Amino acid sequence: MSENGSDRREMISIRHLWAGYEHEQVLEDVNFTVYEGDFVGMIGPNGGGKTTLVKVLLGLLPPARGEVRIVGQPVKRGRRYIGYVPQIAEFDRDFPVNVWEVTRMGRLGRRGLLQRLNKEDDEIVAQALREVNMLELRDRPIGELSGGQRQRVYIARALASEPEILILDEPTSSVDPQVSVSIYELLNELNAHVTIMLISHDVSVMSSYVKTVGCLNRRLFYHNDRELTSEMLEQAYQCPVDLIAHGVPHRVFAEHGTIIHEHPTEGEE
Amino acid sequence: MIAALAGALQYEFMRNALLVGVLVSVATGIIGTFVVVKRVVFISGGIAHSAYGGIGLGYYVKYMLVPVLFAGSAAATNPQPGYFPIVGAGIFGLVAAAIMGYVQRRTRQRADTLIGVLWAIGFAIGVVFVDLTKGYTADLTSYLFGSILAVQRGEVFWVLALDVVIIVAVSLFYKELLAISFDETFATVENVPVDTIYILLLCLIALTVVMLIRVVGIILVIAMLTIPAAIAGQFVRNMKRIMVWAIVLGMVFAVAGLFISYALNFTSGASIVLVAGAAYLISLGVARLRSAPAIAAPTQPFGPEGEGS
Repeated sequence: MSENGSDRREMISIRHLWAGYEHEQVLEDVNFTVYEGDFVGMIGPNGGGKTTLVKVLLGLLPPARGEVRIVGQPVKRGRRYIGYVPQIAEFDRDFPVNVWEVTRMGRLGRRGLLQRLNKEDDEIVAQALREVNMLELRDRPIGELSGGQRQRVYIARALASEPEILILDEPTSSVDPQVSVSIYELLNELNAHVTIMLISHDVSVMSSYVKTVGCLNRRLFYHNDRELTSEMLEQAYQCPVDLIAHGVPHRVFAEHGTIIHEHPTEGEE
Repeated sequence: MIAALAGALQYEFMRNALLVGVLVSVATGIIGTFVVVKRVVFISGGIAHSAYGGIGLGYYVKYMLVPVLFAGSAAATNPQPGYFPIVGAGIFGLVAAAIMGYVQRRTRQRADTLIGVLWAIGFAIGVVFVDLTKGYTADLTSYLFGSILAVQRGEVFWVLALDVVIIVAVSLFYKELLAISFDETFATVENVPVDTIYILLLCLIALTVVMLIRVVGIILVIAMLTIPAAIAGQFVRNMKRIMVWAIVLGMVFAVAGLFISYALNFTSGASIVLVAGAAYLISLGVARLRSAPAIAAPTQPFGPEGEGS
C-alpha cells in the first residue's frame, strides 16, 4: 500500500465540483477522493457547504458543474452503496414506528415495489441492530428512545442497506458528550469493514477518532493522509472558520487510534 | 329510548346510512392515519374542496349536455342527478390530487399558497358550473354537508368496492407509504420512487374524500379524515394498530352520530362530526392526564448508552 493510499479502491470521487442553489454557488471547485477504509471527518462553519456536499453525494442536488462518482458510478446509481444517517433532530418524535420498523427501511433499496421483505432481510436487519447494540429494544417506539439510542437506530438502518460507505450528517449534534464518545467508538468499530464520511462541527471528539479531517468552507481544505499530525490539524483549523477555535484541545492521533498526547489550548489566542 | 333507536332500524334509509357510515370508516381509518402522520391535512382539505368542481361539472353534464346529446335516453329523462355529481367529484378529486402533488414537489417554496389557490379555484369552478345549470340545483347543499340518509342501496356496493381498492393499494405499497411518511430523504436515497408513491397516497385520499362527501359533506370531510386517527395516535404507537383503532372509532362516531341526528332531528353529517370532535377533546384531556405522571418518573430502563463511556 502506498503512502497516500492511491492504490486503494476509490469510494467517492469528486472532481471540480460546483454546486449550490439558484443564485448562489455554495461549493466552489471541490476536489476530493475517499478511499476504501477511510474514516473522514468533514468540519466547517454553518453555510460552509457541508450539507450541500451531502445532498450532492446522495443525488438530492444535481451539481452545477463537475463530476461526482460513487464506487465508479454516477450518483443516482452509485448511491445504493451509501448508507445515509441523517440528523436525528429532524424527526417527528410522535411518529408511530418502532426500532425494528425503522431499521427495516434500510432494506427498501434491495426490495423494490411489490416485493416483500423476507427472512434473509430480517436476519440482516437483526444483525444491523446487534452491531449497534439495539436489538433488545427492537419493539420500542422511536419516540421513547433517548437521542443516543435513536442515533444508533439510524446507524443500524443505514447498515441494513449493506453499504460500502456510511455518510453521517452531524451524528452527535443533539446528544451529550458521553453519548457522543460512545457513538464515535461505535463508528470506529464499524470502520473495520465500512468506509465512513461524516460532517460535523463538533471537532473536539471527532478529531480523536477519524483518520483524516477535511475542512469545508465553500472550498475544501483536505489532505488525504492517513495520520493526523498536529501540523495538519493546525492547517485545517486555519481555514476561515471561527466556531471550531474556542476551547478545543488539539488531539494528535496515532496509527492504532489511541491518543498519544494532548496539548490543550495553545496557540488559540 | 332504546325502543326508539331500534325503531329507527326499521327504515331502510337508516339501515343504508348505518351501513355506509360503517363501511366508509374502514377507508377513513386507513387513509386518515397516513393523513395525520404524514401531515397532509391541508392538502387533503384542498382535494376535498376541489372535488366540488366535479360536482358542479356532474350537474352540468347531467342536466345540460346529456339531454341534448342523448335525447330520449334513460339518463336524459331521469330527474335525479344519479351518479353524475359523485363521479365528477371523483375525477376532479383525482386530478386535483395529481396536480397538487406535482406542484408541491416542483416548487421549493410557497407550496401551501399554491395549494390554497388550487383549493379555491376547484371550488369556484363548481360554483360556476352550478350557475350554468340553473333550476336543477335544489339539493346541492347535500354535497356540502352530507346526505347519508339519502344513500341508496347501490351506493353501499360502491363504497365497499372503494374500500377494497384502498385496502389492496395500501397493502401492496405499505412499506413505501410508511417510508415516505417517516423519512422521505432516506427513502429517496434507497431509490424508492417517492414522488409516485406520494401522488398515489394523494389519489387514495381523493377516493376516500369522495366517499366521505356522501357521509359528512365536503366542508366536514377533514374532521372524519383526521379525528379518528388523531385520537388513536395518542394512545398507540404503531401504524397498523392506529389504523384499526381509527376504523373502530370512525364506526362508533358514525353510528352514534346517526342515532343522535335521528333522535334530535339534526343534520346527520354535523352530528357525526360533533360526536367525533367531542371525543377528540376528551381524548386530549385523557392523554394529558396519562402523560402527567410519566413526566414525573421518566421511563429510561436500559440501553447501550453510558456503558461504553
